[in-house]
Amino acid sequence: MFDGYTASELMAIFAMQGFAGLILFSVLVLMALGLAIIFGQMGVINMAHGEFMILGAYVTYLTSIFFENYLPGLSSIYFFVAIVLAFIAAASLGAFVEWALIRRLYKRPLDTLLATWGLSLILQQTYRSVFGGREKGVSLPDWMMGSIPVTDIIEIPINGIIVMVLTLIITLAVYFVMQRSQWGAKVRAVVQNRPMAAAVGINTSIVDRMTFALGCGIAGIAGSAFTMIGSTGPTSGQLYIVDTFMVVVFGGAANLMGTIASAFTISQAQTILEFFMSGSIAKVLTLGMVVGILMLRPQGLFVLKIRR
Amino acid sequence: MSNFSKQKLLSPAELCGFIVLALLLFVVLPLSLDDFRLNLVGKYLSYSFVAMGLVLCWGYGGILSLGQGVFFGIGGYCMAMFLKLEASSPENTAIQSTPGIPDFMDWNQLTELPWFWEPFNSLGLSLIAVVLIPGLFAFLIGLAMFKRRVGGVYFAIITQAVAAILTILIVGSQGMTGGINGITDLRTMLGWDIRTDEAKVILYFVCVTFVFLCLLLCQFVLRSKLGRLLVAVRDTEERVRFSGYNVDNFKIFVFTFAAMLSAIGGAMFTLQVGFMSPSFVGIVPSIEMVIFCAVGGRLSLLGAVYGALAVNFAKTTLSEAIPELWLFALGAMFIAVVSIFPNGLMGLYTAYIAPVVNRTLKPVFAAVKQKLPSKQPVSESTTGAE
Amino acid sequence: MSKKDFVLAVEGLTVSFDGFKAVDDFSFYVEEGEIRVIIGPNGAGKTTVLDLICGRTKSTDGSIKFCDKELTKMTEHGIVHAGVGRKFQNPSVYEDLTVFENLELSFPRGRSVFGALGFKRDAEVLKAIQETAEMVFLQDLLGTQATLLSHGQKQWLEIGMLLIQDPSLLMLDEPVAGMSVAERKKTAELLRTITQNRSVIVIEHDMNFVADIADRVTVMHQGKVLSEGSMDHVQTDPKVIEVYLGH
Repeated sequence: MFDGYTASELMAIFAMQGFAGLILFSVLVLMALGLAIIFGQMGVINMAHGEFMILGAYVTYLTSIFFENYLPGLSSIYFFVAIVLAFIAAASLGAFVEWALIRRLYKRPLDTLLATWGLSLILQQTYRSVFGGREKGVSLPDWMMGSIPVTDIIEIPINGIIVMVLTLIITLAVYFVMQRSQWGAKVRAVVQNRPMAAAVGINTSIVDRMTFALGCGIAGIAGSAFTMIGSTGPTSGQLYIVDTFMVVVFGGAANLMGTIASAFTISQAQTILEFFMSGSIAKVLTLGMVVGILMLRPQGLFVLKIRR
Repeated sequence: MSNFSKQKLLSPAELCGFIVLALLLFVVLPLSLDDFRLNLVGKYLSYSFVAMGLVLCWGYGGILSLGQGVFFGIGGYCMAMFLKLEASSPENTAIQSTPGIPDFMDWNQLTELPWFWEPFNSLGLSLIAVVLIPGLFAFLIGLAMFKRRVGGVYFAIITQAVAAILTILIVGSQGMTGGINGITDLRTMLGWDIRTDEAKVILYFVCVTFVFLCLLLCQFVLRSKLGRLLVAVRDTEERVRFSGYNVDNFKIFVFTFAAMLSAIGGAMFTLQVGFMSPSFVGIVPSIEMVIFCAVGGRLSLLGAVYGALAVNFAKTTLSEAIPELWLFALGAMFIAVVSIFPNGLMGLYTAYIAPVVNRTLKPVFAAVKQKLPSKQPVSESTTGAE
Repeated sequence: MSKKDFVLAVEGLTVSFDGFKAVDDFSFYVEEGEIRVIIGPNGAGKTTVLDLICGRTKSTDGSIKFCDKELTKMTEHGIVHAGVGRKFQNPSVYEDLTVFENLELSFPRGRSVFGALGFKRDAEVLKAIQETAEMVFLQDLLGTQATLLSHGQKQWLEIGMLLIQDPSLLMLDEPVAGMSVAERKKTAELLRTITQNRSVIVIEHDMNFVADIADRVTVMHQGKVLSEGSMDHVQTDPKVIEVYLGH
């Protein structure tokens, strides 16, 4: 498949595709971070995660419309406002869903999976009824357009850099919240021993709700980032959900570094393969590879051997 | 102790349930519905095979597969390939640049039949393939997963990925599979036109007969020790393992069995509807099949049939009347069956309707008993109670 | 020392979880018909030793010979077929099934997929279930769902599920935990009757119970054997007193 390319062209292709892969990687990491928090910390499979992401995307779209119409002078910074709003919207919906539905289903992971799938159908239809079936695109402010030339054939798009920086910041923030803050310590305490955590005065149901809301909120931010690489439709989220689950399962839930490493592997494999063959075959190969590796290491790639 | 030694295939209550369903499917519906509606019921019934498989696999065994559409689809495709080849005789396809091959192959510049199509010239081989290929595929997936102790949500997600992979492959290789349109324009089976109203009525009865054969087969499995082992595995897998059972083999068996049932359903679907396409294979149709089982009651075989009928009837009616409402209704169903009535329609029946039925039927039975001269003297307690 | 004399010979057994050695160069030998009790503080590796013998955990190093069969290379169900039965720490019975069905599933016949499909409740099965149920004091509860049993009755049921398989080595992880004094007495009696023709390994914390049943006691500490011998011997061993009574 490498016939007809010179070595330098190949290098450039890998670099460019690799960079395109990095944007996909950013969205996947943000999606997977939220999912990994929810699955790893709470054992809940959230099939509606893609729809929380799309909520963030729609919020970003609405924000951009609002700025265009009422605050045209400030439209260059609308994106940062949108991120915050997307987070708040997705997190609030998440907290509500946890209260109304999820908390009744703890310890029944397969049932949660089905219930959240039902939720995802309802959200999709809601989006279709509210925003219509057509996909919505967001116009980026001028300074985010364009790209930085690195060599004469390699160019790096600016919005890609922004998305990646954003991902980096969020990832670090999540790491500090989970590993360094008092609240993160509470979450981990609840994961390890729920009755004991409750006995020492941690309000476990509040911790659950906040954890779920945090995971959904991060999905909302992923939605903001998503508007830069694709247009938003009612079912856009569903396209990502299997990929994201593959990332989480592959990385071994409950392990943030594993999640990031596996998001990187999967997104890079897919985008680089995509250049040389059709997108669908690339997807089949990537999914097949993940399934194959999971058969060899069912606990995921980055899980410690533990004492049962 | 003697009361433990009986192991009947059907308890009296279950026998009644079977008879009621048989009356409904064999007599009431054919008499009350026109041919078009009856064909629709037949189509819904082909999904009940999938739901039955899920009752065994998920309800009893606790293994949730989100990829049953894969096996339904392969079964359906095997049937469709045979019918397509028969419909693509050189006479029928004389206008093609390569006569004698299916039309979509000709459109995709294929000049000869791919090798894996060859066996489907024979009905016998095709019917064997309908059951065997999905069974083999499920066996391999099960072998790879359960031997490696992949289970629970991980298994569910991986079956979902398999459904995604297969759909992409079918859509992607248009020349060999008919792509996104699937295999359409099926006409005859061994010269018998399957498109006529008369043929559809016959196929409906064939389908109902298969439903009952499969129901009895499932009932046999559940009544055997294997049925109780499935429950035991769901409860405490370790205990079963350390009672000397190779648990992985039992999981592989039930998953393969469920896949074969789904495949029979797929073949019945193709015969009655007249086409097969990837839209019955992917993630969304596969997870929808789970709801048929869940709505009927995940622990009830008869519930699987009622669930498939009820959900599909609702789907047809709602999507005709108010299309927007269908997804809301479907979503609500998913949420309701896990949080409000986990045992589905059958659970509701046993909790609310069965006691009423029993109460009303009891005097009837008692009256019948009194009229019939019984050989044994009626005991004091029963006469006293009445 | 010839290994022939022992039902179970564990030598140099080691398992490490990411560098932490839960069981470290552990050796011990169980004779035929012996009741061996393993005691030790929490985290000493007692349950892990049972896990290793029955194949639930794979060892990093060492050998487990049972009647001249190397268990470390066998599957879990193969080990059961060889004659090793194991009761878990928390009583694990099939909660959704009746006592009768619990015992029936444990009856050692029809263990393959198709064997289970063709399994028949014949007179032999019924007799074995009846006898076992009487032995574990559950003969009147055969039709009861296991989830309705008391904690102690579940413990008995699980012991019964092992007995019906007639194993030559029985491993019991805390068999009297959660039992009343009366139940403990009954269980001690039960253990004495069922050990007539088999070897038993028991993990237990209740010292009165241990003194009551043990032929020999092995004290574990940090994955190693700290002391071994009769109850009196280990109770007077200064190393054991040091570990139990403080540092």
